[in-house]
Amino acid sequence: MTDVTSAPAATPPMSPDTLLQVNHLVKEFPIRRGIFFKKEIGSVKAVSDISFEIRKGETLGLVGESGCGKSTTARCVLRLLEPTSGEVLYQGHTEGSGPTDDVIDIVVADKEKLRLMRREMQIVFQDPYASLNPRMTVANIVSEPLVVHGIGTKEDRLQTVKKLLEVVGLNPEHANRYPHEFSGGQRQRIGVARALALNPSLMVLDEPVSALDVSIQAQVLNLMEDLQEEFDLTYLFIAHDLSVVRHICDRVAVMYLGKIVEIANRDDLYESPMHPYTHALMSAVPIPDPAVEKRRQRVILEGDIPSAANPPSGCRFHSRCPIAQAPGICSDQEPELRELAPNHFVACHFPEVKKVL
Amino acid sequence: MPKPLLEVEDLRTYFSTEEGVVRAVDGISFTINEGERFGVVGESGSGKSVTAMSIMGLIEPPAGNIVTGTIKLEGRDLLRMSEDEMSRVRGGEIAMIFQDPMTSLNPVFTIGDQLTETILLHQDVTKKQAREIAIQGLDDVHIPTPQRRIDDYPHQFSGGMRQRVMIAMGLSCNPKMLIADEPTTALDVTTQAQILDLMNRLADERGTALMLITHDLGVVAGFCERIQVMYAGGIVERATADEIFYDTKHPYTHGLLGSMTRMDRAKEERLFSIRGAPPSLIKLPEGCRFRPRCDYAQDVCRAKLPALQHLSVGHDAACHFATELTLTSDRHAVTP
Repeated sequence: MTDVTSAPAATPPMSPDTLLQVNHLVKEFPIRRGIFFKKEIGSVKAVSDISFEIRKGETLGLVGESGCGKSTTARCVLRLLEPTSGEVLYQGHTEGSGPTDDVIDIVVADKEKLRLMRREMQIVFQDPYASLNPRMTVANIVSEPLVVHGIGTKEDRLQTVKKLLEVVGLNPEHANRYPHEFSGGQRQRIGVARALALNPSLMVLDEPVSALDVSIQAQVLNLMEDLQEEFDLTYLFIAHDLSVVRHICDRVAVMYLGKIVEIANRDDLYESPMHPYTHALMSAVPIPDPAVEKRRQRVILEGDIPSAANPPSGCRFHSRCPIAQAPGICSDQEPELRELAPNHFVACHFPEVKKVL
Repeated sequence: MPKPLLEVEDLRTYFSTEEGVVRAVDGISFTINEGERFGVVGESGSGKSVTAMSIMGLIEPPAGNIVTGTIKLEGRDLLRMSEDEMSRVRGGEIAMIFQDPMTSLNPVFTIGDQLTETILLHQDVTKKQAREIAIQGLDDVHIPTPQRRIDDYPHQFSGGMRQRVMIAMGLSCNPKMLIADEPTTALDVTTQAQILDLMNRLADERGTALMLITHDLGVVAGFCERIQVMYAGGIVERATADEIFYDTKHPYTHGLLGSMTRMDRAKEERLFSIRGAPPSLIKLPEGCRFRPRCDYAQDVCRAKLPALQHLSVGHDAACHFATELTLTSDRHAVTP
């Protein structure tokens, strides 16, 4: 995977084993009032200046509760939403033009470049019922990306579809069926097959197993791991379930109200979390083991997540933080994401390693 | 000796559809004791919600029918009650809260209207007193400034707050039992922790029995005293929480536990997974319903549906080999 011989000459500097680098990404949605003269009266700050990188072949987890901006981030990365500002740098080869080490900023890429980029980056959605067109056969759904990009003849595409269905564990003979004839787990496999059709490098998995039953979840998670190995895939895994994330991710970023509050290698994050929000989040996750549950201490947060249209000043978590100095530094000054241990970044004025498991 | 509160005997609830009869609940029996925390665990289509709906008298003919069975609350058979008597039990003696707190509240009435409606229906109080009780109820579930919030509409509350309102409504008439059907599934984990903590404390204070229906084994692990595992309309295993987790007797329970990712464990190579998918409730497999997915199935499993057999005090399992199989794996066996 690592191509050391041809280090990228492009600016800004990117390590050769980085596939995607997000710099100062901001996404705000305007709040408008009025019917004719839609006056902008404010904005929802869904993602506020976040930066992270995804290395080739790894799985980066983006976790947080509803409204923290994790899905918006993913959609900005794919430019399914137009970011307000920031850079999304992609370094990889673009098929057709042969392997290059060009760094492309997805945010400013023109239409044609973006279309080519789409082959490299695919997404699997949460709801396997809503993300497949009920009027299309499985063969049409899975081959649609190939049609859009004009790849192969009709006969070639059918062969590809059959191969893909087999790869994701479905019966290739079912290619002419419709989505409603499949169970939730099988539909999610169809969604995965569609995402694989163009042989992408990066796959964004937006809560891919949250709508599935436990026994089916395990099947799909195992499949995702097998595919990653087989096709050298890099995953951006969006989830709210911290147990699933620990199983599948190599590195994890925790988001709160549009900000990354902590980012670290998986085991470092789970064994020695430093941000008070990470502590609360982890301590809230139930563990399927009565003995462990009985001796655990929960950090119960007060109140609800504040509105992203009007986030708290200073540290956005200060209004619910059990250790905040507010009024004080926490309500006055926004903490920066600092590297407090190797590859372990935390945005807190009073970080502290705490065992919560 | 615990006193039985709710006794369900050979309950069968079927639904007729164009494709055939759906046997959603097919011959289940169980007892919930006074003040007990009883967990019902299963995947979608296992029949756990239909069980709750049957208890609440919410199965509507002609589509749905309780074909056989008795459901006794302190000895009185709910299935033989008139609609009038049943409406006094529902909300008064047994209350229920649902998964989605948005759809279970009426958007065009204030939460005060909806709370006082329940209270006036079940208690002999004036409107003014009912409002007082409602405000107290909101205060009990930790809704800040309840005097003001009582006149708000459901959309003015967040998901967690709405679920608190539902709990306040459920407990407003001091029921003997509260059925909570996936009460935290639609909520974020930190909110889930708040709600579970709240239900736990309120049930403790009032001695309310709780029937917690969930797909999440993590939620029941810390919350319930006894757990019943359901699969395809039947009960496959029932025991104390500890026995379900550490002395598993049914291959399905075992598979379910193995499929769960655990946040407190470093990564294992591969998750254990149960192959295939649950059967159609219209065309159930011959013999044991879990047979097509079971690693231990033999000829007898095709020939005969295993009955729920008594293995030891308080531990039942419906498997022909429940006493012979050793289903321990260090994946979830923990030395407490």
